[in-house]
Amino acid sequence: MDVTPAVEMRQITKGFPGVLANDRIDFSANWGEMHALIGENGAGKTTLMNILYGLHRPDAGETLLSGRAVKALGPRHAIACGIGMVHQHFMLVPAFSALENVILGAEPVRFGQTDYRRAEERVRAICERFGLQVDLHAKVADLSVSAQQKVEILKALYREARILILDEPTSVLTPQECDSLFAMLREMARSGMCIILITHKLREVMANSDRVTVLRQGRAIAGLETNSTTAEELARLMVGERELVRPPEEREASPAGPPLLAVINLSVPGDRGLRAVDSISFQVHAGEILGVAGVDGNGQRELAEALVGLRRAAGNVEFEGRNILRMSVRRRLDAGIAYVPEDSGRYGLVSSYSVEENAILGAHRGSPFARWGILDRHAARRHALNLIERVGVRAAETRMPARFLSGGNRQKLVLGRALYRKPKLLVASQPTRGLDVGAAQDVHLGLLEACARGGGILLISYDLDEIFSLADRVMVMFQGRIAGMVGRAEADRETIGALMLGARS
Amino acid sequence: MRISQIVGTAGVPVAALGAAFGAAAIVVLVSGGSPMESFAAMFSSAFGSGTAVGETLVKSIPLMLTGLAVALGLRAGLFNIGAEGQLLVGALAAAWVGFALDLPAVIHIPLCLAAGVAGGALWAFLPGLLKAKRGVHEVITTIMLNHVAFYLTHFLVTTRLKDVHTMAPQTPEMHATARLGWLIEAGGLHWGILVAALCVVAFAFLMARSVIGFELKAVGFSPDAARTAGINVSGMIVLAMVLSGALAGAAGAVEVMGVHHKFYDQFSPGYGFDSIAVALLGNNTAVGTALAAVLFGALRNGALGMQLATDTPKEIVTLIQAIVIVFAGMRFLKNRVPGTRGSRDPGLRADTQGRADAANP
Amino acid sequence: MADIFDTELIRSTFRLATPLILAALGGVLSERSGVVNIALEGMMLAGAFFGMLGSYLTGSPWVGVALGMAAGGVFGFIHAALTHRMRLNHIVSGVALNILALGLTTYLLRHIFREAGSSPPVTGLPDWDVGILAKLPLVGQSLSGQNPLFYLSIALILGLNVLLFTTPAGLRIRAAGEHPEAAETVGIRVGLVRYLAVTGSGVLGGLAGVYLSLGQLNMFTEGMSAGRGFIALAAVIFGKWTPFGAAGAALFFAFFDALQMRLQGQTIGGLTIPSEFMLMLPYLLTIIALAGVVGRASAPAALGRQEE
Repeated sequence: MDVTPAVEMRQITKGFPGVLANDRIDFSANWGEMHALIGENGAGKTTLMNILYGLHRPDAGETLLSGRAVKALGPRHAIACGIGMVHQHFMLVPAFSALENVILGAEPVRFGQTDYRRAEERVRAICERFGLQVDLHAKVADLSVSAQQKVEILKALYREARILILDEPTSVLTPQECDSLFAMLREMARSGMCIILITHKLREVMANSDRVTVLRQGRAIAGLETNSTTAEELARLMVGERELVRPPEEREASPAGPPLLAVINLSVPGDRGLRAVDSISFQVHAGEILGVAGVDGNGQRELAEALVGLRRAAGNVEFEGRNILRMSVRRRLDAGIAYVPEDSGRYGLVSSYSVEENAILGAHRGSPFARWGILDRHAARRHALNLIERVGVRAAETRMPARFLSGGNRQKLVLGRALYRKPKLLVASQPTRGLDVGAAQDVHLGLLEACARGGGILLISYDLDEIFSLADRVMVMFQGRIAGMVGRAEADRETIGALMLGARS
Repeated sequence: MRISQIVGTAGVPVAALGAAFGAAAIVVLVSGGSPMESFAAMFSSAFGSGTAVGETLVKSIPLMLTGLAVALGLRAGLFNIGAEGQLLVGALAAAWVGFALDLPAVIHIPLCLAAGVAGGALWAFLPGLLKAKRGVHEVITTIMLNHVAFYLTHFLVTTRLKDVHTMAPQTPEMHATARLGWLIEAGGLHWGILVAALCVVAFAFLMARSVIGFELKAVGFSPDAARTAGINVSGMIVLAMVLSGALAGAAGAVEVMGVHHKFYDQFSPGYGFDSIAVALLGNNTAVGTALAAVLFGALRNGALGMQLATDTPKEIVTLIQAIVIVFAGMRFLKNRVPGTRGSRDPGLRADTQGRADAANP
Repeated sequence: MADIFDTELIRSTFRLATPLILAALGGVLSERSGVVNIALEGMMLAGAFFGMLGSYLTGSPWVGVALGMAAGGVFGFIHAALTHRMRLNHIVSGVALNILALGLTTYLLRHIFREAGSSPPVTGLPDWDVGILAKLPLVGQSLSGQNPLFYLSIALILGLNVLLFTTPAGLRIRAAGEHPEAAETVGIRVGLVRYLAVTGSGVLGGLAGVYLSLGQLNMFTEGMSAGRGFIALAAVIFGKWTPFGAAGAALFFAFFDALQMRLQGQTIGGLTIPSEFMLMLPYLLTIIALAGVVGRASAPAALGRQEE
């Protein structure tokens, strides 16, 4: 095997407005190796790999592939050099078939037209070689998340990538799907490829990688052989000298209060006519956190939207004894139901509005922020200042447009705003996605406080760790139905994982 | 507003005008004229005397109102290109009430204005409804209705509502009680200026201080976030279009009540179309639109004088308009185009996050 | 009454449909690549004027065709540059270009010909007798003897269909319109694709305009596009952004336009329908058609979206 590193990046530096994402980073990965690139959210991992793939130009530093210096002038060049990348947010065209997505940009041609037959032959051969199973003619929009990921991997393999970069590949998979993914990746590494995994999941790193590079706040802190280190040491390296954040104490199973929300035979249509939620029933009690686990795309979003009023639904939903399905979003807000949507920084805030204006959004119609249809700016300002102090958002000026807040701060603002109204029921979807450990802890504390006050929370999350640490009960959704309802004590990764894949409890 | 903010805000319109006049100057040069002479003629024709100033202001009244109409729509994320048609319908409605009824002025004038407002609002209602309920792009529907309004008013003014005493396609003269008299005799500046000024103030207040304005702007910026916050987005879209049409209808009403005292075929030199440039140049604000309206009133007023004096065709103003739109539109609506919905599927959504997030990879 | 449904009606349907089809094909091309093209109206007008001018200056209508296409292409290029390079909102750019076209053509008309309203008559395009087509049943009589641009438009419907759905270029154009970021990551230059597609749509729009001045009237009159560019855009939407669909929708609109012309002055059940209502018909029909389109799920997903 070639001992020259497959990839060598020297003194890579890259800055964005306001932040130095990569600060003189040295990185190298070898052929035939599974290399993990780890760090917290915001450490600079994705930026570094985007530079390797040619999506960003570094401010300084150089990249060598198999010992030869290259300037990756763009994805085209990177592909030509044998680098493939599977992004965190898939870069697939939903309306095209899997096959079309794989060959896009590298289509085989016959008499001026795309030779789909030859394309299919080639792709099928690759599938067989590595044990990938995908319906090539299905539209990507109809494929499951893990199938889409396979299409992304196929894209790289079709272009004869020898170096494969995967950005947080397991955040959207069930435990079982993770296992099969890693089996496939190990096979590729055995065949001589260089696999680079961007991840923050230490368990996976320890189980699957040969070497690890740790990034922290834009710097490369360490490069180690995996079998010479431990998860604890890696964790320490990731967060630095700061006191290692202790995992939250076990929540005492709080005595469940009276049922706050009763969902009976709820069915919700999806975006394309099919039923996203298929006649489910469950309850949420006061003071309880009901976690909703499941792979993204099994109806969680539609469920949340139906409960909040953003999506029409059939069936019966009773909140404090009243049927709310006929109520508008506004009336449900007024009745005490709050919603923190997924990616709330984008969908919960009006980016062009100031922090102040966003702080009162949703409560802007009546007192204390408006009277007789006219807004009270001073009350809004006071409220905003209050709010940002309480949630720990650093904002120099409340009159600044919200778009200038960082992603984490935006999410905290939306959550704080929702909690301020002391909701009786809070529907929160992925509230800590993309946040660093400290911010995520703050959010969790906020949620627990709301519970202690007697509110009920429906927590939708694709992160099992989050569910396990917060939920009193776990409801697993699969294909629009409830695959199982598991109490805190019985919930473990294997059971939940199996339910997420459709095994019935 | 701080000084730096005012300068910053004025920067783009000034640049837009500079570029537009520059381009116009080039066109004039290329066609063998003299830009200096032409622009000087235009300026003196627009502002050279008390009468000229009066005329300029008179021409700016309908532009102010239609400009506000377009600006209001744009604030809500809607492109109301139908101001011209709404203006026609409003004008005809006002003229009709003006000649068909005989009432004391104190009732007649408000009634005529109301008819104009109602006509314009009605004409904008359908595009608003179709946009809200079926996502039909309002640009096409409003433009289609412009053509329909043109033919409809033409039909009515040559048949049912026609003045039987003349051959010309026009309505009978409106009663004296329905007319807006002169504020200043020079130039024929009529009380419509007051109506326009009131609308400017009302617009500013609505946008800055009212709950409706707050919700309307939210819908314009981020309909998804607005909906999540309990705002009735469909209702807001319809309301915005109706209000926009109402303003345009008022423009038509004021024009027939103050200047022509009747509706005649093709009385509008295209105010509705100028309004787009006016609104964009004024950055969709009340004061900005008012100022831009005066400017374009001056351009229109001066263009004819310029054509007579220097042989430069008055269409040069249209050229100026187009370039103003391009430049003034540059920093506007960058994040959102009405009528499109980005894909919300998290597994497939492209990573087009804002600047702050680029720093948190 | 039934006797109005004759060969002549079909013949005029084809005649009226030609500019709509050409412009609609341009719209399909542009929008499939992700750029909203409200400026079809302006491109048509520019094509009409410069087509007339080309014929006026040289006496050959074919030079006019070339010049008209070029003029449309220039407008298309400007639209592409404004929306892609300068990140201008697509609608604003389109509106500006329409106003520019109107102002420019009117200005040049007066400046060059010193006449308001219309140009002097020029040599127009000849009609072709296509013997084989005449033998087709039902529509044969109407298919022959049409303007060459009509036959070109039919060829273009097929051609664009082949391009978009069977070639790599078409796949990439559609990718640019559905998910430009994904296209960029596989190395497709979305900017180049859009420049080509939008300029191409301008050429087609210009061609549509040439038909108006050189194929029908043999002269240019102020504002002669009369909203047809927008009707063409509606045809694109109604036809779900496919060449055949858009052409079908264009034929549909043209049919009612032809019908309206025939019915002018006719009595139906004793009532004379005023000509103005007939003239309104195409515009009202467009609105009704758009209102009836169920959802806009068939639009290219990234249509009109600005990149940050």
